[in-house]
Amino acid sequence: GVLTMGWQGVDDKEYVGFATLPNQVHRKSVKKGFDFTLMVAGESGLGKSTLVTSLFLTDMYRDRKLLHAEERIMQTVEITKHVVDIEEKGIKLRLTIVDTPGFGDAVNNTECWKPVADYIDQQFEQYFRDESGLNRKNIQDNRVHCCLYFVSPFGHGLRPLDVEFMKALHQRVNIVPILAKADTLTPSEVEHKKNKIRNEIEHFGIRIYQFPDCDSDEDEDFKLQDQALKESIPFAVIGSNTVVEAKGRRVRGRLYPWGIVEVENPMHCDFVKLRTMLVRTHMQDLKDVTRETHYENYRAQCIQSMTRLVVKERNRNKLTRESGTDFPIPAIPTVPDNETEKLIREKDEELRRMQEMLQKIQRQIKDSH
Amino acid sequence: MATCWTMGMGARMGVCCHSSQGQNDNCRPLSLSGHVGFDSLPDQLVNKSIHQGFCFNILCIGETGIGKSTLIDSLFNTSFDDRMSTHFQPNVRLKAQTYELQESTVRLKLTIINTVGFGDQINKDDSYQPIVDYIDAQFEAYLQEELKIKRSLYNFHDTRIHVCLYFISPTGHSLKTLDLLTMKILDNKVNIIPIIAKADTISKSELQKFKIKLMSELVSNGVQIYQFPTDDETIAKINATMNGYLPFAVVGGMEEVKIGNKMVKARQYPWGIVQVENENHCDFVKLREMLICTNMEDLREQTHARHYELYRRCKLEEMGFRDTGPENKPVSLQEIYESKRHEFFGELQQKEEEMRQMFVQRVKEKEAILKEAERDLQAKFEHLKRIHQDERMKLEEKRRLLEDEIIAFNKRKAASDLHPGQAFASTPVSLKKEKDRKK
Repeated sequence: GVLTMGWQGVDDKEYVGFATLPNQVHRKSVKKGFDFTLMVAGESGLGKSTLVTSLFLTDMYRDRKLLHAEERIMQTVEITKHVVDIEEKGIKLRLTIVDTPGFGDAVNNTECWKPVADYIDQQFEQYFRDESGLNRKNIQDNRVHCCLYFVSPFGHGLRPLDVEFMKALHQRVNIVPILAKADTLTPSEVEHKKNKIRNEIEHFGIRIYQFPDCDSDEDEDFKLQDQALKESIPFAVIGSNTVVEAKGRRVRGRLYPWGIVEVENPMHCDFVKLRTMLVRTHMQDLKDVTRETHYENYRAQCIQSMTRLVVKERNRNKLTRESGTDFPIPAIPTVPDNETEKLIREKDEELRRMQEMLQKIQRQIKDSH
Repeated sequence: MATCWTMGMGARMGVCCHSSQGQNDNCRPLSLSGHVGFDSLPDQLVNKSIHQGFCFNILCIGETGIGKSTLIDSLFNTSFDDRMSTHFQPNVRLKAQTYELQESTVRLKLTIINTVGFGDQINKDDSYQPIVDYIDAQFEAYLQEELKIKRSLYNFHDTRIHVCLYFISPTGHSLKTLDLLTMKILDNKVNIIPIIAKADTISKSELQKFKIKLMSELVSNGVQIYQFPTDDETIAKINATMNGYLPFAVVGGMEEVKIGNKMVKARQYPWGIVQVENENHCDFVKLREMLICTNMEDLREQTHARHYELYRRCKLEEMGFRDTGPENKPVSLQEIYESKRHEFFGELQQKEEEMRQMFVQRVKEKEAILKEAERDLQAKFEHLKRIHQDERMKLEEKRRLLEDEIIAFNKRKAASDLHPGQAFASTPVSLKKEKDRKK
């Protein structure tokens, strides 16, 4: 927590006034407005669009056309963007939802994560260029702040495609894994699958988004909530586009012959936890991690590879390999040397063998006399 | 108009004979003047079948974890095999297990074949191939048995797939591309009954739309799924109704929950309990009814009369057999078989001859090379020997010279001993030698 000084009287000689800084920040940010880019990824039919609609209570998929099965056989992955401006209590949010239709739908899905990774890199690249430019007044930040990855609940945990996707992207974006369509799982099955998926994530070395540890001086409730949040990964969610009547109340939910699933009931699914985390508590942190970690990694790599190119050019003009450079360069691969050395060694072997044979023959001749 | 009694029921071998109306005009219907007793024929047949026992083979195709094993367990009310598969199989394979079940006096040899690893790979181009190969292999086994000279079709364990339950993932949208491709490849090899698995994730309204979408996709792509037969008037009506419920939306589960005062198979959720055998909740009962109670025998018959016959015809045609010979005269299988055999035998002999000749030639070549090498070696040896001789002679020469010198030296030494004064005046050996030479 922030050490807040009480509002002391104006005539107190000790009072400075910077305690108003948070209020100033608040005011300015409200004026500027916020933006957030959320990517949703996963196979077709896992409820991504429904979940986005439920999360932000806006229907941006009204005019969507779904492809038939035969059209999807050779389908490639597309990246589509929906940008909406929403406002709540005077706070404006420009929300960008990045979709990946076609992901995992074709029969051969080799490297289908590539267009997604390329898109994220492109946003980084564009920001990098803008940031390095001369006129930096109106930089558009299209960097992806969070990627919700939908894992199918119909299997036994992660599938090869899930692992590949997450491994390809965990260094580029904050991944939050979601256990989709969780109304197909009983509570014990949910528990079991979550454990399995968590273990598999660790086993494969996938680095998903980590919630920051809360400060030690936060109250117990907050700490417990935070703990519960961390242990809920992956979030088992259910989404719905319809409002139904349950026990006299109107709730967002799904109507079955055997009961009504309430999307916002924490006993039914983790939707509320996801929404809290994504929108109410950790939105800013997601943006910060994107800026401070993923983008910085990209930027550093970019710069290093640029200097490597430059250095290689210089070395090609010089005759020797040992030329002093200012930048730390990786050792130029020694493959050609290894090959010639190998040939030389082989020739040596041959010569030695021939000499031996000659000696043997000479000895034989000597012996026979 | 004439009809002959058909002996097709439960036939595991042979072809059904059935004459159509109007063809056999020398067969006329007669009425009986008393009770003969051949109305017991169906009973005799049935008794025989019961005595022999029945066999049924089910192939379940579906993604890992979609609920194939659980559904089969629920259908037959038995816990068959518990093990969960991993998603990380490198390719698709099939796992078959056979069980002996008994219900009242009827014995059933049930074989369940499951796909392992279906739909898990990133590149699923060849996913359907192991399935096609397996189905063909069973047809082949039967064909081989049928073509044998000494065959025992009565005791043959028929492993041909009688029905394929295709498990569709409940996305609510449409078929997956892999499903469409696989069903299209299999529809003329096996009876396909598509089912929507884990259907407790789809609400009633969504289910209607989903079923319609699925069926329209199948129809528009020309996939022929199994239709429950409507030719037998006793079951035509129920079958026709059931055809309209396809694909069946099923929920499987073996856990029991107390409802009222009964224990029923159900899945318990925080928001309600899904009962497997409640027709309002899912189509499980319909599937069981259609698959086991009503149409099991028809499935076996279709497999034998349609799918197997198609396989057999294609296979034999591939091998070169025809029903009609070169002058359009019908030829028997045996004749063609004999002529083929001769042909192949001739080819075989020819190939053998070629190989033998090639072998002989290679041997000759090798011999030639070896002889050449031997000659080279011999030449070298001679050469070296000669050099050696020369050196030896030179050495001999030098040795003699040396000995001569030694003798000369000794003589002089002896002489100098006799004449001590002359010792200082003696000339060194080499100069003396030169003197001698000058002489």
